[in-house]
Amino acid sequence: MVSRRDFLKTSGALIVSFSAVPAGERSAFAQGPFATRPSQIDPTQLDAWLSVANDGSVTAYTGKCELGQGILTAQTQLVAEELSVPFARVHIIQCDTAVTPDQGTTSGSQSTPTNFNDGSLALAAATARQALLALASTRLSVPADQLTIADGIISARSDPSKRVTYGALVGNGKFLLPLDRAAKRKPHDEWTILGRPVPRVDMPAMATGQFEYVHNVRVPNMLHGAVVRPSSAGATLATVDEGSLAGLAGVVKVVVKNNFVGVVAARPWQAMQAANALKVTWTDGPPLPSQASFYNWLRAQPARDALVVNSKDVDENMSKAASIVKATYLHPYQMHGSMGPSCAVADVQGGKATIWSPTQSAYPTRNGVAQLLGIPPESVHVIFVRGSGCYGINGADTVSFDAALLSQAVGRPVRVQLTRKDEMAWENYGFAYVIDQRAGVDANGTIVAWDHEAWFGSRGGRPGNMPGNVVTGMLAGFTAAPFRPAQAAEPSGAFRNGSNAAPSYVAGRIGREADGAGTIASERVLTHTVQSPFFTGPLRSPSRLQNTFAHESFLDEVAAHVKADPVAYRLRHLSDARLKEVVAAAAKAANWQTRPSPAANASSRTGASGAQAATGRGIACVAYEGDNGYVAMVAEVVVNRTSGAITTKRLVVAQDCGPVSNPNGMRNQIEGGALQGLSRALGEEVTWDDRKVTSIDWRTYHSLPLGFEVPVIESVLIDRVGVPALGAGETAITIVAAAIANAVFDATGARLRQVPFTADRVKAAMDLVARP
Amino acid sequence: MSNITLIVNGRQQTVDVEPAMPLLYVLTDDLALRGPKFGCGLGQCGACTVLVGGRAIRSCVTPVSTVAGAEVTTLEGLGTPERPHPIQQAFIDEQAAQCGFCLNGVILTAKAFVDQRPRATEAEIQQAMSGVLCRCFSHARMLRAIARYAQEV
Repeated sequence: MVSRRDFLKTSGALIVSFSAVPAGERSAFAQGPFATRPSQIDPTQLDAWLSVANDGSVTAYTGKCELGQGILTAQTQLVAEELSVPFARVHIIQCDTAVTPDQGTTSGSQSTPTNFNDGSLALAAATARQALLALASTRLSVPADQLTIADGIISARSDPSKRVTYGALVGNGKFLLPLDRAAKRKPHDEWTILGRPVPRVDMPAMATGQFEYVHNVRVPNMLHGAVVRPSSAGATLATVDEGSLAGLAGVVKVVVKNNFVGVVAARPWQAMQAANALKVTWTDGPPLPSQASFYNWLRAQPARDALVVNSKDVDENMSKAASIVKATYLHPYQMHGSMGPSCAVADVQGGKATIWSPTQSAYPTRNGVAQLLGIPPESVHVIFVRGSGCYGINGADTVSFDAALLSQAVGRPVRVQLTRKDEMAWENYGFAYVIDQRAGVDANGTIVAWDHEAWFGSRGGRPGNMPGNVVTGMLAGFTAAPFRPAQAAEPSGAFRNGSNAAPSYVAGRIGREADGAGTIASERVLTHTVQSPFFTGPLRSPSRLQNTFAHESFLDEVAAHVKADPVAYRLRHLSDARLKEVVAAAAKAANWQTRPSPAANASSRTGASGAQAATGRGIACVAYEGDNGYVAMVAEVVVNRTSGAITTKRLVVAQDCGPVSNPNGMRNQIEGGALQGLSRALGEEVTWDDRKVTSIDWRTYHSLPLGFEVPVIESVLIDRVGVPALGAGETAITIVAAAIANAVFDATGARLRQVPFTADRVKAAMDLVARP
Repeated sequence: MSNITLIVNGRQQTVDVEPAMPLLYVLTDDLALRGPKFGCGLGQCGACTVLVGGRAIRSCVTPVSTVAGAEVTTLEGLGTPERPHPIQQAFIDEQAAQCGFCLNGVILTAKAFVDQRPRATEAEIQQAMSGVLCRCFSHARMLRAIARYAQEV
């Protein structure tokens, strides 16, 4: 039987990467002038996934695309391994609505679970191998179990002269077979290509400037567009003075649709200059909530509530507890901040559209573009071309919409390159959060009840069938997914922790089943979704990261309250064997010294030796999305007691994501996730004034540059065989902020509860400790 | 518009452009080069970096007229996938990228610095890279690749 969780994971089309959307809201996605059309590619058929050419080369078609995470190389390894063909003879076509199956969105750490286990691409490759063996058996008159395969050649074990190539068996033809659920994957112990540190296929072209990004796409007769975004959030268009462009070279057209304003010109620089010169006046909308009091504002808004788990005895157990620990954690809006502002090319002519787009979601974006343009989905062809790394929904969909609108208006292909400010001021930001934690502790120091309550702002998201979910669609007059405040229903069905709203330490009991990673039976996890003033969307480890910062910091606070060692205290409250194993592995690799935090003399302003530098270590862990990757991290930091500056010296990460497809690729993801997490923890915060976002470039949004003192990163990979392969791209980043905060506490006794940990905030926290 | 002549990756190129137009647009639009990238247009991130006379400059804020007649080298001017330059080889060997969009600025900034100061310390290399961003945060591998190149020259 397929559980709901398994079903959601393996049926690509149903995956929504932000899983807090209640089922009742989904019906809204079906509205619009045209219903979503299914792909014409039938994913139940082998030919949808694989073809073999006369020369024996293999082409595979995937709906999971390369965003910089290495999945292109890993999928190439997968197909080469299953079919026993050389790596170099496998070619992958990614996310093209004309030829690839609809696998929804490349997001949510689902590419590996979807394509590397027992369905989709892996099943296709296994089915093809089995089919080729059957064809060879007939051709060679040798039973299939007496055949062997190497380098795309099938031969008889007993007589190697009896042989036939894949090309000769099916070359350029079709298999005409359904995927076979019973087709067997190649056993792990026979792997020679999967599981190896195969270098990235795209690296030489990237390192030599030959790689084609979407920014480099040029099509015949193409023009260039630029957009003019509103002067402030919520502003509406008053006037556009086309006369202001008089005398500017190359201007082709000014395009206005509701609050969407763009210009088309012959060349990119001309388009950019025209967008700067165009005189546009706007009428301000209501002012933005004050950033200074924003977290209190969040708590006061109408909310859509959800209970992840509720044992209904939390208050009672709190009242009986020997002591209660409480804390509140704050996390700001953060941005994807891609290196390259987003870019797309659209060709909309004769009622048909072709979009060259860096989108994560070829098919959902096809449907969104169709609605935006008022043409049926089957008239829209979305071709994925790689953009700058996105880390979630950056401007890729918005710019695809921009290009589509401008191309439709001029009847020629249009390329749109957003500016840095266009990208940053109008992103779907990662969610801001306020999280209250409360724990009851018994006389033995054991946590007997955990109460979690969170508020976060959300608006818009992925395009799907709602063009208004992305900025351009909203500006063009479409509405975002509706927001309806609602009371929480009691939890029912299976415990789902996809957003890591529940800490790893609770039992996660709903009905008779307890599917959490921990032991605390008295548990309540309540979330309040409120309407954000800004557009939001998945940003690497969406909600999981914010929730985990609060959980893992708070567990440390409780451990310190009972004077317990942070590692031992975690292990004491966990039940999940895999999570316990990574905690123990990280502690061992870091040579963790068992003792409570803070360190002796930590709270002394000058330290035992009068030193300005305080050193400390902290740990954090998570079962990502409850069951999609297990990771623990030990951070070692030095805190400057005078300036409040944090220097991270060492990060030790232990990770178990099932069988490892490419260990070097996994290490690359761990290292990148760890440092991106560090940048987000130490400096990244979207800022705004009463009208508009003021984080509009790299001076006003702070990303750690290449020159910062990079910590030593040590990765311990637990290559677990015989279990499903899990996501590995969002694990490490999820636990960085808590590991750092816990290390700072160990060093100084000061507790950081608000991200980012700027030097001023660290100093303020240290002052609180110094004052008795 | 006016005719401006540049020597790009060893080839003389004459383009008819506005003199104030940033060099980046000439390279990516008129000459269809893929190495230099538009990252911010503000000289803040390094993605648009090119070498002019061996020095790393930010082409997004450099009017093309100011480099007329100069020798400009872009990332594709260093080496090819088949015959990469040693610093490109170092990045390939270290698998030092994720999305790769920043690689242009990282490699060219590092090359210009290390070529001038072959015995640079780790701290000096970090200082030289302090104005370059990578949002995938492949920093650790990139610094290893730069150190590897520094040892070779």
